[in-house]
Amino acid sequence: MTETPAVAAPAETARKFNIDTVENAAKTPDTELPWAELGLKQNEFDEVVKVLGRRPTGAELAMYSVMWSEHCSYKSSKNHLRQFGDKVTEEMKKDMLVGIGENAGVTNLGDGWAVTFKIESHNSPSFVEPYQGAATGIGGIVRDIISMGARPVAVMDPLRFGAIDHPDTARVMHGAVAGIGGYGNSLGLPNIGGEMVFDSVYQGNPLVNALAVGVMRHEDIRLANASGKGNKVVLFGARTGGDGIGGASVLASESFDDTKPSKRPAVQVGDPFAEKVLIECCLELFKGSLVEGIQDLGAAGISCATSELASNGDGGMEVELTSVLLRDPTLTPGEILMSESQERMMAVVTPGNVAAFEAVMEKWAVEYSWLGEVTDTGRLIITWEGEVIVDVDPRTVAHDGPVYDRPYARPEWQDAVQADSFTGSVQDAGRPSAPADLAAAITELVASPNMCSKAWITKQYDRYVGGNTAMAFPDDAGVVRVDEETGLGVALATDANGRYTYLDPYHGAQLALAEAYRNVATSGAVPMAVSDCLNFGSPEDPDVMWQLAEAIRGLSDACMVLGIPVTGGNVSLYNQTGTTPIHPSPVVAVLGKFDDVARRTPSGWKEDGQAIYLLGTTAAELDGSEWSNMRGHLGGLPPKVDLDAERALGEILINASRDGMVDSAHDLSEGGLAAALVESSLRYGVGARIALQDVLDRDGVDLFTALFSETQGRAIVAVPRSEEIRFTDMCTARGFAHVRIGVVDAEGGTLEINGVETMNLDALREAHEGTLPKYFG
Amino acid sequence: MTELPLIGEAAAIAANPRLAGATIGVVTFPGTLDDRDAARAVRLAGATPVELWHADTTLRDVDAVVIPGGFSYGDYLRAGAIARFAPLMSKIIDAANSEAKLPVLGICNGFQILTESHLLPGSMIKNDHLKFMCRDQVLRVENNATAWTGDYAVGQEITVPLKNQDGQYIADEKTLDALEAEGRVVFRYVGFNPNGSRRDIAGISNAAGNVVGLMPHPEHAVEAGFGPELGSGTEGLGFFTSVLNKIVGDNK
Repeated sequence: MTETPAVAAPAETARKFNIDTVENAAKTPDTELPWAELGLKQNEFDEVVKVLGRRPTGAELAMYSVMWSEHCSYKSSKNHLRQFGDKVTEEMKKDMLVGIGENAGVTNLGDGWAVTFKIESHNSPSFVEPYQGAATGIGGIVRDIISMGARPVAVMDPLRFGAIDHPDTARVMHGAVAGIGGYGNSLGLPNIGGEMVFDSVYQGNPLVNALAVGVMRHEDIRLANASGKGNKVVLFGARTGGDGIGGASVLASESFDDTKPSKRPAVQVGDPFAEKVLIECCLELFKGSLVEGIQDLGAAGISCATSELASNGDGGMEVELTSVLLRDPTLTPGEILMSESQERMMAVVTPGNVAAFEAVMEKWAVEYSWLGEVTDTGRLIITWEGEVIVDVDPRTVAHDGPVYDRPYARPEWQDAVQADSFTGSVQDAGRPSAPADLAAAITELVASPNMCSKAWITKQYDRYVGGNTAMAFPDDAGVVRVDEETGLGVALATDANGRYTYLDPYHGAQLALAEAYRNVATSGAVPMAVSDCLNFGSPEDPDVMWQLAEAIRGLSDACMVLGIPVTGGNVSLYNQTGTTPIHPSPVVAVLGKFDDVARRTPSGWKEDGQAIYLLGTTAAELDGSEWSNMRGHLGGLPPKVDLDAERALGEILINASRDGMVDSAHDLSEGGLAAALVESSLRYGVGARIALQDVLDRDGVDLFTALFSETQGRAIVAVPRSEEIRFTDMCTARGFAHVRIGVVDAEGGTLEINGVETMNLDALREAHEGTLPKYFG
Repeated sequence: MTELPLIGEAAAIAANPRLAGATIGVVTFPGTLDDRDAARAVRLAGATPVELWHADTTLRDVDAVVIPGGFSYGDYLRAGAIARFAPLMSKIIDAANSEAKLPVLGICNGFQILTESHLLPGSMIKNDHLKFMCRDQVLRVENNATAWTGDYAVGQEITVPLKNQDGQYIADEKTLDALEAEGRVVFRYVGFNPNGSRRDIAGISNAAGNVVGLMPHPEHAVEAGFGPELGSGTEGLGFFTSVLNKIVGDNK
């Protein structure tokens, strides 16, 4: 780690440094500063000097460098992200209580309840040190939720790793899953779902995203701002140590390559016990209305918390940095400002509440220290033993960072990729058609790395804690009850398809949204809000920048059609190894609402004799599919997006679920109908007899295509005999394609599909569930 | 049509008026996770849950105590090793050993705390497969003469969630033989031993039968739709009704 030069080696006492004060900075304009090592570009450093009217002190440089990093400032994506705020209809605003820009957006659930959720990335740390990277990813997103005044109620983890058989994948997989479990299981938060994709594009850049959801009463919503002159500023939770210093600026904003030294020390280390205590302690503070503003310490630590609290408030702030409780007494002021030590929070407390605040801290044995107070000067002043080392307008740190209009252009290779359809390609040779070959193909599909059962992962997570989990993996959405009296609850699903998005970023991002939306509707919930985690390569590469711009444009357009707003999220750039970026991977989370979670619809069949319907029509869409992936092909155009159809399908699924017309519903996505039929069979070990002739005749496709195509806007449902007429009448009235494709067969222990050799459920289960244990033990 | 279990219906279970006055304490340590769930189970069984804080020195006259699951004080040393020294624990130990024989149920971390407290013999070490495991687990009730199992039949199989990292029950052969001989093995894993526990032991009791500890989580199987998918989903409720019937019977 490069030291700021003005911060010399410790003298006699550990905390005596040769401090670079503001006064000193003004007197020594020509001192060389390591702005480049801290990740600032020349123009950015020049801007800092211009803003301050002098060179920054070492401490100020530390603050600007972390806060102006890509990770904290969104400097490359900001101009594009605006669309999420601009493309908003009245319908979308209806239930939004807090929009983008706060720690997390807040949506009205009704009955005085509100829900907040957000998804974030912890990709780079999770590659360097998978266990701690993934663990602290959970910790960070959970603190974002607490910062809004909410009680966190569940977490989810979308994961993307390298090739399943690559030797390094096991390292990352074991570490990340154990970290998510080790940290999440210790917080008392059920893990209700997520995704898992293997693809060699993620070999050097795994994606470890984390989502948390929390609930609160309307009156409990808290915002991160410091208002009221004379109010006290307090830092509480874990002590500040040397972990994660520069993590934000150095780790998350640069690409990995082999020429630089190991970055291990920049990864934070988590303490889930401290986080659990912090959750309970904060909830007790909220209950007593003891804090005026609150902010978690994540990326950029105290730099971020002080500058954001101060700039969102109505005045300024004065903080004495030597009051910060340290784990390592040798830390320099710059390091203290940049440290990303976990499990810390900063709050603003009125003088009248100081005693009550301290009582809560004592009860939970949480350490705290009063750092300073809110002022009306409009300046953020940080002192070191009384000497001013930071004197800035907090807005310039937190909000007025550089904004780049990065050049972007449709990649030269895009046309060639899109022209290379799977159908008729070399890899498409020998497409199965005989009954035995189709059965083998289905078995191969459900055993493939991306389609196989993820139970190996999910059984390492606590899904029950809290007693409110109504549904979890492997159903289409996770469902959590919010109000025990009424059954009011929420459903959540996350989705992304990097392959689709590589073929067509605009539509690929829309497909991710459509799938998450469909998953939520399939569970029976009404979709309400979106959070996204945009995982992309380097924005300095015009090809990647084009992918990002197109994905954001696609997503924001699609949100308008579906009528659900983006309430928050995160952008993770520089996900590439050398010059090779990952597939553009916008992970989209959709949150839905249940008036009563008792109405949730699981994905598996149970009752013998129920009719199985396929909703939606099937086209020959194999490009980008899991089948083509298994055959080593990626090219062509992803499945067509029809958001109106998605909305119509969603309404049917929601109504059918609410009115008891379906007992099971499963969306069709990756792996198509074949995957959905197998998953619905294996869910409860109840098979079915299926005949697809009507589908083939109506849609003009062959059996293989009907089974493996990934046409969107489709779902399968199991309808009780007594509800069949009501259900089909509803579909007819809405003009939505529906066809009866079979019946549930609880006796046979098989999945029978006309034209496909009968498949034994035990054998399918062995194939489906055997893959991850085979590779990971 | 299929009867999917309607979530929330369990709340409508009529509390037996005989039980209404009974109070069951639920202990919270820093790091306890399942305290709310345990309190809900107490409520659904018909009694009144009472919050007990680890630093308290009074049991607030409760009729029984549940020590729920979690990671008390983080459990960075050894599960339950620090919790055993909490002020409240010495009260619980005294009350459990007293003439009155206060019924005490330790679930998961609570079981670990009870062995560390020497209220129950043996100890828990890391699962034999070294991973955290969460699953719906079938248990066989081996003894229904304890304070917490009276509402079950001997040999009855129940499904409750299991979720732990350090759930492998161990003890020396002499202790295990004694537990078997005295009928103090209260629950055994059926079909699958999820953690390598000796003799498939899932839960045990003290000699008097008022103190019971087990690794699986009956408090997560008290409301249909929010617990295990196998069975009725409410097969853990019997723990709480058992102790209530015992309390009310004792008070008759």
